[in-house]
Amino acid sequence: MLTIPRALHDKIVAHARADHPDEACGVLAGPAGSDRPERFIAMMNAERSPTFYRFDSAEQFRVWREMDEADEEPVVIYHSHTATEAYPSRTDISYASEPQAHYVLVSTRDENAAEFRSFRIVDGVVTEEPVSMVE
Amino acid sequence: MAIEVRIPTILRTYTDGAKQVEGTGSTLGELFTDLEQRHGGLRDRLVDGGGLRRFVNVYLNDEDVRFLDGLDTPVKDGDTVTVLPAVAGGAR
Repeated sequence: MLTIPRALHDKIVAHARADHPDEACGVLAGPAGSDRPERFIAMMNAERSPTFYRFDSAEQFRVWREMDEADEEPVVIYHSHTATEAYPSRTDISYASEPQAHYVLVSTRDENAAEFRSFRIVDGVVTEEPVSMVE
Repeated sequence: MAIEVRIPTILRTYTDGAKQVEGTGSTLGELFTDLEQRHGGLRDRLVDGGGLRRFVNVYLNDEDVRFLDGLDTPVKDGDTVTVLPAVAGGAR
C-alpha cells in the first residue's frame, strides 16, 4: 500500500494538470527505508512529449545526489498519461528500476477527475496497490 | 588511487550489496571491463554491443558521458563514475 499525505497527492495532480497535454514526471523523496514520501520534487520532462517522458539526466544527477546526501531515496516515482489510463505501459515497465519505489500513474484524460493509481514494478511484474491518503 | 564507481540499488546484486566499488582503466569502457573481473554480470547491465545501454545513465564526475565520448571517455585515478537508472517511460 502507498500511504501518501494529501498535500503531496494534490501537488502531483496539479503538476500533471499544469503540463497537460505533455506528460509530467517527478519524485517524492523520503527517508531511506521509511517508505514514507515527504518531499515533492517536480522533474523536467526532457522529452516534452504527450506520449513519452524522461528525466533530464543532469537534473536527475543533482536530485539523486541531494537525496543521497540527505539519506533519502525515491519513495514515489510519478508520471502522467494524458490520453490513456493510469496503468504502466510496456515502456514504463521496461524502464522501471527502483524495486523499492511506488510507481504512481496519473491520468489527465478526464479534465474533471484525475485517475491516481500506484504500482510496484519488480522484474517486469506489475502489481497494483491501494493508495491511502493521510492528512 | 583508483576510480570510484557508485552503483545504484538495482545493480548492487552484482557488487555484493556495495554502494561503491573501485576499478582501473584509461577509458570508461576499460573501467567496465576491469570491474567485470570482480563483479561478473555488471558489464552486461551497462553496455550493449558497442554502446551504453539506454536504461542507464553514466556520469563522469558530474557530466553525463553521453555528452562526452560515451565508452571512449577518458578516465583517470581520482575520478568518480556514477551509474543511475534512467527514469523514463510513456503512454505506449
